[in-house]
Parts: sequence; C-alpha cells; structure tokens
Amino acid sequence: MLRHDLLVVGAGGAGLRAALAAARSGVDVAILSKVHPLRSHTGAAEGGINAAFSEQDSWENHAYDTVRESDWLADQDAVEVLTREGPDAVYELDHMGAIFSRGPDGRFLLRPFGPEGIPRTVFAGDTTGHVVLQTLYQQVLKDRLRVYEEWLVLDLILEDGFCAGVLAYEIPTGTVHAVAARAVILATGGAGRLYASTTNAFICTGDGMAIALRNGIPLKDMEMVQFHPTTLPGSGILITEGARAEGGYLLNARGERFMGRYAPRMMEQAGRDVVCRAEQTEVDEGRGVNGCVLLDLRHLGEAKIMSRLAHTRELCVTFAGVDPVHEPVPVRPGAHYFMGGIHTDLVGRTTIPGLYAVGECACVSVHGANRLGGNSLLELLVFGRRVGENAAEFARNQKGVEISEARVRDAERELARIVSRSDGERWAALRDILGNTMSREMGIFRTGEGMRQCLAVIKELQERYKRVRLDDRGRVYNYDLVSAIELGFMLDVAEAVVVSGLARQESRGAHYRRDYPKRDDDNWLRHTVVHRDPLGNLHLDYLPVRITRWLPAARVY
Amino acid sequence: MLVTLRVRRFNPETDLEPRFQEYTVDVPEHFTVLDALITIRERIDGTLAFRYSCRMAICGACGMRINGLAGLACKTALRSALNDGTVTLEPMGNMPVAKDLVVNMEPFWHHLRTVRPYIEPHPARIGPQNEYRISPELVDELSEVVRCIMCGACFSDCTVDEIDINFLGPAALARAGWLVRDPRDSRAADRLRELSKPHGIWDCTRCFFCVQVCPKDVKPMEQILRLRRLAVEAGITDNNGARHTQAFVDSVKETGWLDEFTLVPKSWGWNPVALLPELPTAVRMLVRKRAPSPVHPRQPGVDEVRNLFEKTERKRSVKDDA
Repeated sequence: MLRHDLLVVGAGGAGLRAALAAARSGVDVAILSKVHPLRSHTGAAEGGINAAFSEQDSWENHAYDTVRESDWLADQDAVEVLTREGPDAVYELDHMGAIFSRGPDGRFLLRPFGPEGIPRTVFAGDTTGHVVLQTLYQQVLKDRLRVYEEWLVLDLILEDGFCAGVLAYEIPTGTVHAVAARAVILATGGAGRLYASTTNAFICTGDGMAIALRNGIPLKDMEMVQFHPTTLPGSGILITEGARAEGGYLLNARGERFMGRYAPRMMEQAGRDVVCRAEQTEVDEGRGVNGCVLLDLRHLGEAKIMSRLAHTRELCVTFAGVDPVHEPVPVRPGAHYFMGGIHTDLVGRTTIPGLYAVGECACVSVHGANRLGGNSLLELLVFGRRVGENAAEFARNQKGVEISEARVRDAERELARIVSRSDGERWAALRDILGNTMSREMGIFRTGEGMRQCLAVIKELQERYKRVRLDDRGRVYNYDLVSAIELGFMLDVAEAVVVSGLARQESRGAHYRRDYPKRDDDNWLRHTVVHRDPLGNLHLDYLPVRITRWLPAARVY
Repeated sequence: MLVTLRVRRFNPETDLEPRFQEYTVDVPEHFTVLDALITIRERIDGTLAFRYSCRMAICGACGMRINGLAGLACKTALRSALNDGTVTLEPMGNMPVAKDLVVNMEPFWHHLRTVRPYIEPHPARIGPQNEYRISPELVDELSEVVRCIMCGACFSDCTVDEIDINFLGPAALARAGWLVRDPRDSRAADRLRELSKPHGIWDCTRCFFCVQVCPKDVKPMEQILRLRRLAVEAGITDNNGARHTQAFVDSVKETGWLDEFTLVPKSWGWNPVALLPELPTAVRMLVRKRAPSPVHPRQPGVDEVRNLFEKTERKRSVKDDA
C-alpha cells in the first residue's frame, strides 16, 4: 500500500502551497491530483493578489474592506490573519521566483482593485494566477515532491474517527488505490461547473466538498456563490476585474454608464454582487444587448491595453471575435467562486482529526457572502502555508493506521457496476439539466419557490444518476467514467447549496432573494452549516459570525 | 454548420495500430475545435479520449495536432480549421500515445526537470525584506517566456526532437532562458555551460516550427538564439556550436565569402580524433567532385564586408550600453 506522512489532494495554488510548507517542515508529503498540476484552475486567475503593501495602506484597511465586501458574514479573526500575513506571503512568492509587474523603481506595481480604489493589488499583467501556479510548481520540482498525476480522489478513509488516507482512481490505468496518510489536506477547488454558465474550468466539480459531505463532515455557507460581472457570452470565459480597475466602463444598449443608477459613488468598481445584479436588471428591463451589457475599454488606448490587459485582449479576440481596442465587449454575469466550503478553523482543521481543507473547497471564512476581488490568490498563499505547516505538525505526532484492502475492492466493485450498466441515460444530459436549473434558480436572483423547484430537480437527478450509462467500458483513460463520477459529486454539492440557500430568509451579498430583499442581521448574521447523516438526509445548523472590531453597517456604493 | 472531424484513434486495450474515425456533427458557427470534440464525447461517442480543462488557452491541457500542426483545440476556431468541411485531429508528436488524442508527456516533463526550472538564489546572499528590485523593462522582456503554459505544442513539432529525443527541446530551453536572465538566480554561468552541452542550445536547427505552433507566442527559437548569444558572451565557446558560428563569422569577415573547406575542421576545433570519423565522407566528396576547393581567394570588395561587420558590432555595443 502507498503510504505518506501527509497527502495533499489537489494541486492548484492552495494544494501546492500547503505541500511545500509541509515538506519544508520535514515530513514526507505527496500530492494527488486528477490533472497535471499546471492544468489546475488557479492558472486561470487573472487580476491579482491583494495585500497592504503601500505606506498609505494598512492591514486594517484591507481587513475592513474585506469584511464590508463580505456583507459582514466573514469571520473577522480569519480576515485578520489573511490581511496581516498578506504582504509576507506575496514577498515569499517573489523570492520563489514569481515575476510580478514592476514600477520604474523596480518595486511591485499596484492596481486599484475593488470598491475603495486603494492600490493594493499586485499582479502579473492579467495572468497573475498563471504566474502563481507556475512558480509554486517550480518549487515542487525543486523539492522533488511525489505527485500522483491524473489520480481522481474517490473517497476518504476514516478509521476510528481519524482520517487515515484516501481512495483514488488512477485515470491512466483504471486502477483503484488506497493511499494511507497520517493527515490529509483537501485542496480540490471550487464547483463552478454546477452552473451552465461559469468562468470555471471543466475540472471544477466540487469533488472535495462532496466527499466531505458524504462522510458527514459539515460544509459552511454553501449558498454563497459569487457571480462575476464580466464573462463572455456562450463560453463564460472570465474577463478580469482588472479591466474595470484600469478604468473600463460598463454600458447598456443606450450607451449609458448604467452603474450610476445603482452605485453612484463606486460605479463599475462596486461589489461584484452589486454589479451583477445591476447588469441583470438592465438586461431584464430591456436595456441589454442580446442578453449582455457592454464593457468599453477603448478610451484606455492600445498601449495600456497591451501592457496591462494583453491576455484579456487575446481572450476577447479569440473567444468573442471582438477587439477591445476598437469595440466594446459584450459581457454578462457568470458563476465564478464558492465563498462556502468545508468548514474549517483558522489552521484548516475540519471536524475529523487528521483531515484538513484549504483554498476554494474550504471555508475558514474570509469571504463571507461576497469575496473581495484579489483575495482568493491571497487566501491560498496565506492559508496554504498555515494549513500545510499545521497538518505536518499533526502528521508528525500521529501513528499510521492500517487500511483494510476491502475498501479498495468495494470501490472497484462500485466502479465496475457503473461501467457495466447497459441501459440508462448519459451523464451529459443530466449535467445539462443541473446546470440550467442552477443558473435559473440559484443564480443572481433567487426566490423560495424557485429554490424549492431546483431542489426537486436535483433530487430527481440524483435518482436518475443511479442509472447513468457509459459508452466507454475500458480501463485506460476512461474519461467517460471520470465525468460520471464528477457528476455524482456535483449533484451532492448542488443539494447542499440549495438547501442552505432555501433556509436563509434574507438577502446578503451574493445570496439575493426577491422574496426577502433585505439583509436581516437580527436573524441571519450567522453561518449556515450543513451536514449529511448516514441516511443521506441534510441537516442545517448555524454558527455565530466572529466579530472582533467592525460592527455590521450598511454597504453603500 | 455540418462539420466532419477526422480523429486518429488508438486504444491500447483493443487496437494493434492507430486508425482514423470520422464524426460528422452539426454545431454552431462560433464553435472551437474543442467545443466540437466535447460535443462528440458527450452526445455521440463517450469512448473518445482527449484532455481539456480551462477552455481559455491558459491551462495547456488540450494540445493536439490540428491538420498536422500542433496547437490548442480550445484556441482554434473550427471554421478556420476546416478544409472542405473537415478537420483532422491527431495526438501530439514526439511523445508516446496513451489513448486517442492523449499522449504521455513524460519526455517533455523530463526535459523541463533537466534544466532545473526554478530560481536558485546564492545560498550566502540574503534577499531583501520585501520584494526584489527588478526593472519593468526586464519584467516585460521575461514575460514573453513566463507566459509559456507548458502545453507541449513546440516539443510535439520540434524537428530536432524527432531525430534526437534527448534534445532538451524548445519549451525547456525557453524556460531556462528566463532563469539565466533572472537577477534572483545565482547560477546563470553554470546554466549556460550546461545548456551548451550536446542536446542543448546548439542543437536547434532553427526550423521555426516551435515559433509557428506556439499558442502563446513565446517564440522559443528566439529564446534559444538569445541563450547562444549569452553563452558566447560569457566565453563559453569550447563546443562545436559556438565554434561553428565563429567559423562563419571569421571566414566571411576575412575573405568576404564562406570557406566551406575549413568549416568542418574549425567547428570541431581541429581536433583530429573528433574529425577522423568524418574522413570517409570527405573522401567520398572528393571522389564525386563535391568537395569545396581548398583554395579560398579573398573576394574583391572584402573591405566593405568588414565595414559592415564593424558597423553592426558598434551598433550592438551601443544598444547593449543603453
């Protein structure tokens, strides 16, 4: 059996940062990922990383902006950790070899990101995530860490209440393995693919969240799904917030900068949830252009676009057939980021000893109900390091547990059952229904009635999923099977999202209900915690929000 | 629009050799090659295997040969790739096929690891408390290489790797080209020495394929040529590649034209042991009257050629100073 002190599942920014921190504290670390690390979705992050670098700024400012953007749902002690450790975490990445954009003095160039317009966001053109991922992977090569590439995690192995490893499916050969570990970190990323239109890569299917849920481990604030205001129609490809940070306008069909009606002070720089709702309202009231609004960058000029937004221009030309130097780009909101995730404490511990979670699949929580742009890359650097070090410490003091080979045989039988089924539906048909229903009912605007219908659809899809049929019966690179397994994960995560959202009878951040349009701090200034019992039923609990300094106030733009 | 995708397929569990399969699908005009492939695996044939993830030309997963040239399926508009309504898709080259369009990229990753693709600061040097100071000009220059997404397209179509799989290849060398110029790295000279060995920078034949197929416009060949310049400037000339280049320069500067007779011995550093295996070729060339004349007179007007050399060199040194 394969055995390591610490196993990190997922090789995006959070997983790699955690693995490096753990390895450098002296334990034997392995990384397991369903794709090669460089294919991870961290690489698609564009805009930048926030931290209070400048002398006019402070971690308190950054923390306050983060808390206000979260609509006061973020835990302020967690936000304090994030913002205090921010600058060092980024300097550390610079010392590892990241190439960030520089000013004439050779120091970091900062971009004003988010509502307050304070220059706080370090960036690498508009491919910051790419640079972060390449840099971390280079360090993984330097440290010669073992990577199980193209291994899909199937389940956790819990023994005597401890996490003892994972079951995984080796995609190149179709073999099921048990990987024993004294501690496991889940860093499996988000679940944007629950939605028909998303900025996320095809691999963002909520695997880790679903596996936690299935093992009775609570998920937190799952109803909080961020939509991004500027995605390309059809493909959902992300156009960075940096485009607006650099001065881009949003226009409706009449050529008006409509944000003036919704956020007179902040205009296009208002909170992402606010801008999304404004865009959708323009479209719904007939002032859209084929279901979109227009992002106008022309006044920035070709030189600025090429130096700051070169990748954005390439994306617009390639995937929308529009050159932003000469024409406005049609954009619309798309599912972008899960603020919620596996419930953890400040060092990534879940409710199971030995099991940790970090990054988008986790919820510490620093994003609350609406994430501040530029904070997700920061989160994976700061908490990746913390969680890696902490899990390593735990692993060092833990005895290994034997894993019964029966778990492997059970998993093999289960997969064989799926592969051999001769009649039934294709997974893609079910996924389309899921995506369309989630986009319609769990999107920017929600209602109790709509969410109830959505839940009914998900329940039905879960039943139909039991009869999914595959075309591919082989063992080598059976992506048909991989996609079917992923759909199973997605359906379970979707249920948690809808159940959590249905219960929250208020509007806060990304969770906007037409039937409860006001924020209700008296009743709902609290975290939603959902867990599944052994019979498969979901239960809701609530946790108080940790407020240390900043009392809730209205968000005004 | 009705399109036909002609896909080279191979399943190691059932096939003895690859075969082509044609799929005809009705897809929207704006579809990419990847969109069409996804339509096939979801609606028509779930056994078709290919990698993909971000669908926005940043993850590098969907490298494949499209009408014979490597590229990203997600970045290629279907309409632009059609010949008489058909597009031909094959796995990338220079790497073993695992299944259908999926290749085993280990040879590519092996070369990347070989160039030690990470910053190695001097162990005794303490870095700054905050970020390193790097000029924006250098960041701009390096970003051309930094944007490489390791998709493997250049390696797939590299004509040198086709005959010598040990050639480090365009992507790994380009990445090394970043590290050599990175002020945080302490091993520039060592790196240039390592890269000047056989299978390194001097083995590129400048065929331009990597420049042509790179979906991120990294221009790997230009990075390799830059490394050659840096190696020569660093005095690392004790190799056939550097000597070969110098032989060209010397001959033209001296006589106004290329002295083919001495080119080979000069490249080999007049080393008799190394030259011995070339002797039969030389004899055959003599017999067939293909050998260049050992007499190599100076061309009239050679002074003008020399002037050109001096002018160019002066220009470059001014540029370097600036």
